Amino acid sequence: MSGGRRRIRWVLLLPCAVLLVMVYFFGVSLGRDPSLVPSPLVGRPAPEISLPELLDPDKTFSRQDVEEGPWMLNVWASWCSGCIVEHEFLMALGRAGAPIYGLNWKDGHTDAMEWLQLRGNPYRAIAVDADGRASIDWGVYGAPETFLIDADGIVRYRHVGPLNGAIFADVFLPVLEGRSQ
Amino acid sequence: MKSLAAALLVLMAVTAAAVDTEAPLETAEQQSLYRKLLEEVRCMVCQNQNLADSDAPLARDMRRELRRMVEDGASEDDVKQFLLDRYGDFALYRPRLAPNTLLLWAGPGVILVIALGAIALVIRRRMQMPIPEED
Repeated sequence: MSGGRRRIRWVLLLPCAVLLVMVYFFGVSLGRDPSLVPSPLVGRPAPEISLPELLDPDKTFSRQDVEEGPWMLNVWASWCSGCIVEHEFLMALGRAGAPIYGLNWKDGHTDAMEWLQLRGNPYRAIAVDADGRASIDWGVYGAPETFLIDADGIVRYRHVGPLNGAIFADVFLPVLEGRSQ
Repeated sequence: MKSLAAALLVLMAVTAAAVDTEAPLETAEQQSLYRKLLEEVRCMVCQNQNLADSDAPLARDMRRELRRMVEDGASEDDVKQFLLDRYGDFALYRPRLAPNTLLLWAGPGVILVIALGAIALVIRRRMQMPIPEED
């Protein structure tokens, strides 16, 4: 009889165990933004680019035009409100010499040029993806997005949303300075 | 109440029409594959809609890309791999079975087994209980 009683107690513990597991998963999910999708590109070679350049449409921008070393690809558009938020920060990075390249996503040429005249141009070069096809290759789903590519051409990180000092110092700077493995 | 239901029906018809303005693909097989994919691929902007229902600019671009792939003779797996390589498992409403999606697929089954086990234990215990005598 005492053995039976013990088994009943074990069964009573089960809901508590299930509850704990649920609390764990809900707890993990609480701290996570479900609209941020991890990029499967991370850890793989960056996709090829072959697009016209915004400031010189007769020229084609490709990976060969990127200077040696790690670099950043910032996806932006004049219609993108988050891009206004991060622009001051990008300007500061550009002035400090950060290798930022732009991908102008589904934008009008005039709109994009006006935006740069108004707010300044932090980019070393800007590729124009007018129909959005190249951006699909990069898995872009919302501007602004910023990719970090290391000196070997491997995508190391993709940031969705306006870039800020904290994430830049934590993730981008070590790779850009060649301090990480 | 009836007019409300009617209005709702009209609204549903409007949202379902995002893709229906497109010209059909060359062959019936291509068309049905294309439609099947649109139902199963998530619009990454409006994340609770599929490509067939969404009229977001990115959804339109992705429809165009999928359409081109199907026209060029891509299989269902080709298109799904294309999406997985770029947007990850999240892009598919029915994710493939992989180590990182195992919990997603096996979780409900595991919970069902635990629940059935618990019910069986309780039933067995109750059946072993003596039936109280009535006065």
